Amino acid sequence: MLQYFETEARTARQVEVQSSIENVSRRSVLGGALAASSFVVALRIAPANAREALTPYPTGAAGMPHTVVADPNVFIAIAPDGVVTIVTHRAEMGTGIRTSLPMVIADEMEADWSRVRIVQAEGDEPKYGNQDTDGSRSMRHFIQPMRQCGAAMRHMLENAAAVTWGVDPALCRAKNHQVLLLDGAKKPSGKSLSFGELAKAAMAQPVPPQGKLLYKTPSEFTLIGKDTTKIADLRDITTGKAVYGADIRLPGMKFAVMARPPVVGGKVKTHDAAKTLKVPGVEAVHELEGVHKVPRGFSILGGVAVVANSTYAAIAGRDALDIEWENGPNASYESVAFDKEMTATAAQPGKVIRNQGDPDAAFAKAKQVFSADYHAQHIVPAAMEPLVAVARVADGKADIWAPVQSPYGARKDLAEALKIPIENVTVHVTLLGGGFGRKSKWDFMVEAALISQKLGGTPVLLQWTREDDIRHAFYHTVSVERIEVAIDEKDKVTGWRHRTVAPSIISTFKEDTGYSFPIEYGMGFVNTPFDIANVRCENGKAMAHTRIGWYRAVSTIPHVFAVQSAVCEVADQLGRDPKEFLLELIGSDRKLDPKALGFPEDFWNFGDPYEAFPIDTARLKNVIRIAADKAGWGRKLPTRHGLGIAAHCAWSSYVATVVHVEVGSDGKISVPEVTTAIDCGLYVNPERIRSQMEGAAVMGMSNTVYSGITFKDGAVEQSNYTDFTVARMSNYPKKVTTHIVDAPPGTHAGGVGEPAVAPFSGALCNAIYAATKKRLRSLPTGDIVT
Amino acid sequence: MPSINVNGEKRDYSGDSAMPLLWFLRDELNLTGTKYGCGAGVCGACTVHVDGVAVRSCQTTAAEVTGKSVTTIEGLDAGGEHAVQKAWRELSVPQCGFCQAGQIMQAAALLTKNKAPTDDQIVEEMSGNICRCGCYQRIHDAVRLAAGGV
Ligand code: FES
Ligand code: FES
Repeated sequence: MLQYFETEARTARQVEVQSSIENVSRRSVLGGALAASSFVVALRIAPANAREALTPYPTGAAGMPHTVVADPNVFIAIAPDGVVTIVTHRAEMGTGIRTSLPMVIADEMEADWSRVRIVQAEGDEPKYGNQDTDGSRSMRHFIQPMRQCGAAMRHMLENAAAVTWGVDPALCRAKNHQVLLLDGAKKPSGKSLSFGELAKAAMAQPVPPQGKLLYKTPSEFTLIGKDTTKIADLRDITTGKAVYGADIRLPGMKFAVMARPPVVGGKVKTHDAAKTLKVPGVEAVHELEGVHKVPRGFSILGGVAVVANSTYAAIAGRDALDIEWENGPNASYESVAFDKEMTATAAQPGKVIRNQGDPDAAFAKAKQVFSADYHAQHIVPAAMEPLVAVARVADGKADIWAPVQSPYGARKDLAEALKIPIENVTVHVTLLGGGFGRKSKWDFMVEAALISQKLGGTPVLLQWTREDDIRHAFYHTVSVERIEVAIDEKDKVTGWRHRTVAPSIISTFKEDTGYSFPIEYGMGFVNTPFDIANVRCENGKAMAHTRIGWYRAVSTIPHVFAVQSAVCEVADQLGRDPKEFLLELIGSDRKLDPKALGFPEDFWNFGDPYEAFPIDTARLKNVIRIAADKAGWGRKLPTRHGLGIAAHCAWSSYVATVVHVEVGSDGKISVPEVTTAIDCGLYVNPERIRSQMEGAAVMGMSNTVYSGITFKDGAVEQSNYTDFTVARMSNYPKKVTTHIVDAPPGTHAGGVGEPAVAPFSGALCNAIYAATKKRLRSLPTGDIVT
Repeated sequence: MPSINVNGEKRDYSGDSAMPLLWFLRDELNLTGTKYGCGAGVCGACTVHVDGVAVRSCQTTAAEVTGKSVTTIEGLDAGGEHAVQKAWRELSVPQCGFCQAGQIMQAAALLTKNKAPTDDQIVEEMSGNICRCGCYQRIHDAVRLAAGGV
């Protein structure tokens, strides 16, 4: 997602079609009439086994560094024993992508999944295409090139068989790990060659040009869209064999931890390691100079590294350090005061980002005006696996093993920090024990490499303790959102004003202006899909005083919380049903016209070209109706129970969530049920989509109820899961039911990892209101409604 | 030299007696299936069995388990076919997987002492184990499934 920023710098660059996979959009044929949750069958009756040419569509991949690579020889190798090795170049952090992208290749090339072996790519974007595993982009950007690789390899196998048999390739048909020879009537002749037998000849075949490829029709898919594929690492995970960052063991490897300045921009004034060096097992202490350039990027904070023969000894050694810190200009950052400042800013007109119609006149003429402020604290990703990296920097070469979302960006910075050519740096990607955005930032890898360099090449495992992970993160931004709604005498909404005030992620990459960027206001702020005549979206200034970064779902969390809460509040004020009111605000079935609505020139659109990925209100209303129906919207509930709904279009997918809350007589919030409907276009692995929806509800529960990071004297006040609390089994959404909406064939793949997180917050607070008539407008709410 | 029985093998232990079992397992025995998540006894990622009972290895010193039997995820079942492991795979519980060794060890210990836990007992027993990916629903279902036999 750094490339959210890099994309930013490339707005002038023309989006070009990077891949030649075709995918006929039948949306125009089907119109807006999306069938509910039933599968919409292709209108044309395809003859059995009819493969098709497909029309390519542009994606945001064109704007990413190194775009995409669609060369089967890069991603696929077939061995004479028939084992098909598929390279996965995106990082696995729990979404299942390490399984899902290979599924796409395997299906398209007709490989038998049980004979597929998956290999994780090193950080090498010129070879593999973009590797930044974030922004819910892996499937959106790579389903086309992966299908292309698979289809090309299938043709290569068929062509190799044709040469062997001396027949027309049209008579050779790959099916389930072998190529069948067809007779004149295109029926299997009984003759076949296995993929293993064809391996050598197939791999030597020229790669067919893109325009010559035929693709499987959806009815021919054996893996894509089916629920039958288990994730690749399932057995290893359940037996303790899966390898995460801290599980790398090298001969002679040492263990290190670091003490870092509590305030961003702070420095070591003095340090005394005498006591540390007496701790049994401690072998060395090194000061690492922080890099304090502006902008900071992912540069290291600096501090003191303690190297020992075990993690335990290193931690004990760190505890014994005497360090005096110099805190620098961020030492006055204080969360309570900052929230007050942001609230005051939100009460004043800000920089206009979107204007449509004449909002001032609408508000002047309004019979009623609704207005409310919504607050949200910082959050830290706090993946279960704390940051960790293993480095060996010796003889002018560097090998770094890490759970990293952006291995190539890391490699570039490592080369620079170590002052060695990039060819001499190898970044090995382990499994990630969760990422949520933090592991896109590779400061921890640079630290490990510099320590190994200082040790003269000794391999070292740098472990961040949980406290380090909580206190030295790149934080989800803090925010105040003010929403004002003008209502006329007929109870019609005539004006919408939304002000957002939040330090920007871009402050990490450019000199801080205090204002938001398209990547932020494109996340549910300017692109609210309401049919309201007069709209103004304004941005108030807020400077960053810590490192701001992206956290799963990013700015949709505060924006969607505010927007979806406000809709429900206005519905209540007007005595309307919140779901019906939401549908009415969205209005007729249409694709939004950004120009007519006064969207800014660049509203990001989650990085995707708008023509291929427009905001389609029919799809949004469809998921709202499905979620509401399946949740039994409108049914009678016991007292102190309530249903709340929220929905949005994000990452080119559509999600609606209904939360059922129970608020105990003691005020305790619990969630017996969550119903989520998602339309993410063409989808690959429904089982993993459901697990993402379940996880998003739990993370939504944490974001809404439990998790907040606050600063005092410039430093983070929380330290561990004791005070940075998250949902546990004692209080998590008990039952999450997911409805994956079958969009018409030809609907492009959208994102899955992030879109379901944000709606949860609005839906839960709306449900709490329904249950108690108490409106909660500050996140986290705490788990007791008072 | 003091020794600890780890997964059926006698392992000599010579280090600092205050060293948490977690780091002895990971850094000295290279049994990396047991994970570090918090070091404070509040996440459960480091859960192992000591004489069949689930303990947090980050809060248990190596000295405390001298002469006792420690089982880690690697030793739960030689073939990885413990009922809990099978249930976990059957229901595709893991997302990132990092917490799962601790979850599985916690669940296995629960089922040893209570063959048929109620839903409330499952919640109580499993609430010390955090899953930041949010697999709780499937963890709960998998414990139930394992109790019923897979
Ligand atoms: S690491 Fe032991 S409980 Fe978290
Ligand atoms: S599966 Fe990722 S923390 Fe549990």
